[in-house]
This record gives sequence, C-alpha cells and structure tokens, in this order.
Amino acid sequence: MLIRYNFLMLKELSELIGVSGGERKVREFIRYTIQNDVSEIIEDPYGNLIVRKGKETTPKIMLAAHMDEVGVIIIGIEDKGLLRFKAIGMSSRVLLAKRILIGKNGIPGVIGHKPVHHTKKEEMEKLPEIKDLFIDIGVGSKEEAKKLIQIGDYGTFDTKFREYNDIIFGKAFDDRIGCYMLIQLIKHTDLPIYCAFTVQEETGLRTARIVAYRISPQVAIAVDTTASGEWPIEKDIPRYPEIGKGCVITITDRSIICDKKLVSLLEETAKKHNIPYQFKRPMIGGTDAGPIHITREGIRTAVIQTPARYIHSPLSIASKKDIEAGIKLLTVSIQKILKEEALWS
Amino acid sequence: MELVKKLCDTYGPSGREDNIRKIIKSNIQKYCKKIEVDRLGNLIAHVHPKGAGKAKRGNGDKIMFCAHMDEIGLIVTHIDKNGFLRFTNVGGIFPERILFERVIFENGTIGVIGVETKRETPKPAHLDNMFIDIGAKNKEEAQTMVRIGDIVAFYQQAVNINKRLSAKALDDRIGCYCLIETMKKIKANKDDLYFVFSVQEEVGLRGARVGAYAIAPKYAIAVDVTITGDIPESPKMDVSLGKGVAIKVKDSAFIGNPFINDKLVSYARKMKIPYQLEILERGTTDAAIIQIVKEGALSGVLSIPTRYVHSTNEVCDFRDVEATIKLLSCICEKGLG
Repeated sequence: MLIRYNFLMLKELSELIGVSGGERKVREFIRYTIQNDVSEIIEDPYGNLIVRKGKETTPKIMLAAHMDEVGVIIIGIEDKGLLRFKAIGMSSRVLLAKRILIGKNGIPGVIGHKPVHHTKKEEMEKLPEIKDLFIDIGVGSKEEAKKLIQIGDYGTFDTKFREYNDIIFGKAFDDRIGCYMLIQLIKHTDLPIYCAFTVQEETGLRTARIVAYRISPQVAIAVDTTASGEWPIEKDIPRYPEIGKGCVITITDRSIICDKKLVSLLEETAKKHNIPYQFKRPMIGGTDAGPIHITREGIRTAVIQTPARYIHSPLSIASKKDIEAGIKLLTVSIQKILKEEALWS
Repeated sequence: MELVKKLCDTYGPSGREDNIRKIIKSNIQKYCKKIEVDRLGNLIAHVHPKGAGKAKRGNGDKIMFCAHMDEIGLIVTHIDKNGFLRFTNVGGIFPERILFERVIFENGTIGVIGVETKRETPKPAHLDNMFIDIGAKNKEEAQTMVRIGDIVAFYQQAVNINKRLSAKALDDRIGCYCLIETMKKIKANKDDLYFVFSVQEEVGLRGARVGAYAIAPKYAIAVDVTITGDIPESPKMDVSLGKGVAIKVKDSAFIGNPFINDKLVSYARKMKIPYQLEILERGTTDAAIIQIVKEGALSGVLSIPTRYVHSTNEVCDFRDVEATIKLLSCICEKGLG
C-alpha cells in the first residue's frame, strides 16, 4: 500500500513564481516549510538551498530537485506600454494568447499577437517568432508601464492548481513535484540525507555541479519530471511513459548514462515492494544528474521522475499515484543503499 | 595484431565498456603496479618511476595518457507488436552509414538494421524511420531476447586490407592499443605515468573529466583518431593515411599547447618518427576537457589518421600506429618537462 499524501502543499508550490534566476519565493517557501525538520541549512551564493537531515553518515546521499520553472523575462517596453520578452525553456507554440503574471507583485498580462484580421494567408501557416509577440498589461503608455514593470522582471503563467481524483492540473510541475517529493521525505521519514533544491536547471543545468562539488556525496539521485508520451499517433513507435502507470526510472538521457548498480537496485526494489514503475524514454532530455555525476572523481547517480503531460507549457497534468510511488521508491531504495556498502563504494 | 582486432571486434558502446576493460586489464597488469577502476568505470593504470636515471619515487611529473574505451552505438527505445525494435543514437551516428548493418547486444543477440520503405520515407532516412530486426516473430518473443534501454554495438570483424586495417571502433580502440603497446615497451621512466582508458567519450568526454580530476596531472596526452583529407573529393585536410602520427594543432574545442607540441615535434624529428600536423575542423577528444580540469594540464593530442570515422568500417594504417607507439614511448622515457 502506498501512503496517501496531502497535495495542498504542491498547490502552493506550483502557484509560486520562480522562473530560472528568480527562484527566491520558492526558496523562501521551502526553507520556511522544512526549517524545523533538518539539522543544517546552507544557501549558497547562487541561491541553491541545501539541507542536511539527520546525522552525518557514510555514505552521503544527495537528492536534487530544481526550484526553477520555465517562463518569460521582460526585455523591453514599447511606446504604447506593450512589453517585449524572451522565453526561458519554451517555444512560441505554447505562448499565444496566454495569461501571464509578472514581477514580484504578480502584475497580470496577456501574451498578444496581431489578430487574425491583420494576418496574411501565408503568415497564418507559420508559427510566429517570440520577437513578434508582446505582453499586454492593459496600460496606455510607456510611462504607465514603467511604474509597474522593470526590465528583467520574470513572468510565469497564471494557472491555478486543480485536482480531480488522482489527477492534478497545474503549472511548474517541472520541477515543483520534485521539490514536493523531497519535502515529504524530509518531513515524513528519518532518512539521513542531503536535499539540494537547485536553481537555473532550465537554462542549462547550471548549478547542480557546484552543489555536488560542495557536498561531495557518494550517491546522488535527481528527482524530476519527464514528458509523458501518450499523445495519439497511429504508428507503432514509443508512446511511454504514461501518467498513472508509476514512477519513472532512467537508464539514459542526453545528460547521463545512469549508474548500472543503482538502476538495478531501483528496479529490484520497485518489484519487491510492488511499487509501480516504468522506464524513461532513452536519450530524451537531461536533468541535474548530468553535471552531478561528473563532478570531482565521479558520483554514482540515478534519476527518478514523475511523468507529466505538457511540461514546459502553461498547464501540466500528472497523477498523484506516480508521485506517491516515487516517494516510496526513494524511501526504500535509500534504506537499502545505507545498509549495503557494495552499492556505493 | 591479434590484440588490436580483438579490441575492435569486442562489444563496448558508451556506458557499457566492461568487456573492453577486461581485455585491457589482462594485457597490462604485468606492466604496472597499480590498476584502479573508478566510479564511472575508467581504468587507471599507474606506472611508477623506474629504471636508470629515475627520480626519487613520486617526485617526477605526473603525466596522464588517455584513450577512450567506448564506441558509438544505438539504444533500444521501443519493441513493436511484430517484434521490431525502434532505437536512437548513443554518440555521433550518421544515419546513412548504418543502414542494413548488423548489430550485437551485450547478451549476444544479433540484429539487422532495416528501414521503412514507404514512398514518403525521407531520403536519406532518419533514425526515426529505421528499426532493428532481431528475427523475433512478435513482441513477446522479442521481449525474451532484449529490453528497452539495451545498448547495441555494430557487429563487424576486423580485417587487413593490404597494409591497412579495416574495423569498427578503431575510434578509439586503436588508441587503447597504442597505450597498451607503449606500456609494454617502457624500460625507464622518471615521471609518474598514468594510463587512463576512459569511458563515455562519445557522449561528451564524461569519463576523462573525472579521471583527470582524480589524477590532477601536470601534463596530458590524449590518443585518438582523426579524419583525413586523402580520399576522393573529401574536404581539404592536410592529414593522410601512412604519413605518420598526427600531432594536433587544433580542433573544434582544443588548441594543442605550443610548448608540448614543440616537444612532440622535436622528439619525432630526433627519433626519425614520421609525423604530420593536424588541424581538425569538426570534432574533438578527451584532451579538450582534461586541459581545463582543476588547475589545468598542459595537453597535447596524438592522432591516428583514420578514414570513414564513425562508420562500421573505419580504416587506418599500421605504419601510423607504429609511429604513434614510438612517439608515446619516447614521451614516457624522456618526459615532457
């Protein structure tokens, strides 16, 4: 039986604005939530939040989840008060006509594009480039806009969290789900672990390396989300993982070939404890595990993910069951690693 | 000769180098005191100072030699209902070079690469339009033979063509062979020599980075293959088969340290070892990462000129291999200081 969790905290996490480079609100939320449950808290110069739970042990086991999400950054204000922006981790195909919240006060705006009446036939067939889009915050002039917005402000989607039985809807599941899983481990287990909540993953796995360097663990596990693959196609080609079918174990992606011993440990543990699991599509994407495993003299590293539909867009869909399976698999696997030297030496 | 063929023919794509490591280990253990395998799987052999004129143990320079054990391969992503396997690349695969080639799995299963034959199939075919046929009659049978995530290597036998060798995975088993033969030849060395047989070069120079971190060498020499400009209508490049070991001036991520390169050239001249200077426009080697680990290592690259790199029939010339081994032995005995 899997333990059922309260997902209210995931709602709060997912609704926070925390685009790469602007993760402060997420960091403060996590810090506040776990401060009484850990023995040591470090905030490094880049904004990574690293906590140690329990006593120092050998082996050191480090879990990593990233706090940042995809979003936009304001790069200019036009005469009529319309905002120019760049997207972080997204293409324009998911941006058109979406609602956005900008800056620390969450100023609402809409991503605009010239309407269909003004669009030529040949233009209609092409995807607009991000430089042709703008954000409209409903002001009439540059001066008015400047009172509300600064260049460099971050924006993210105005998406509210919803649940329907085991299915959850929301933004920033990549990787607030990972943050949520780590928080549950900190609050509801007595495992001696390091948890790293990293920044700037979506801009190129930038800071996991310095976290791994600082902690120098024997074993690391990145906890992240992965794109599910069940959209309809006729051809008999890969269409996994699927939401609701279990947590995802990575064999390889573009950033890592996972440690063989750890991969078999995760698989055997899942089988033994009847934890639903599936494999990740090989060689798709990358996670903090990439830079972590080649830090210092090499670190044995694995990845556990939650499948989610439509990640890197305004709305993702995931299953509570997969999250609960992931937490269970992490818990029992870590207990095993702590007991068996052969798994980490 | 037998050794180089065995090295090339053996299964060992990135992340699955165990079989190669075994062969190398059994061939070098007589020639060094300490062999270690690190967490990523790099094989690191330490040759202490020895012979006439040696410095006090440990006081010589640390020199790291590096050749990678892994080869390019494919990874299974899906088993369809009729038992065909869909796959994607592990390392730099050129889709047009792999059609109808044979592949082998770590467990010995053999397959053939096929391609969709509809008129709409793009030409040249993309990996998404190809599949591996392992002779299974349906998904159930295929699942008893292979799994998603299995990594395959090409299945090919090394043969001599005149004075040249045609084989898969010369990139970089020929480099491994050069290091092994060099280790056998060292009579005296004043420096601490580290021979690193690295993993996962083809997926982003991953093994060499952690190997260099552990050793922190003062000098490093990577041994790898380079392409040539001597086949019909190839891009212009001043490297040819049979004209000697190539000393790398530059590639897309690395500039040979001028001090090291002068030293290499002067050794080659003095010992009458045929050499050529190499400028490679695309591609790089483990040296690109080794040179910037920790405080940095003064680095150079010796390349074995090779035709059809990243295909299933790469071709190199034994005379260039001999020249490479000679120059490497000279570095071992005289150092780079």
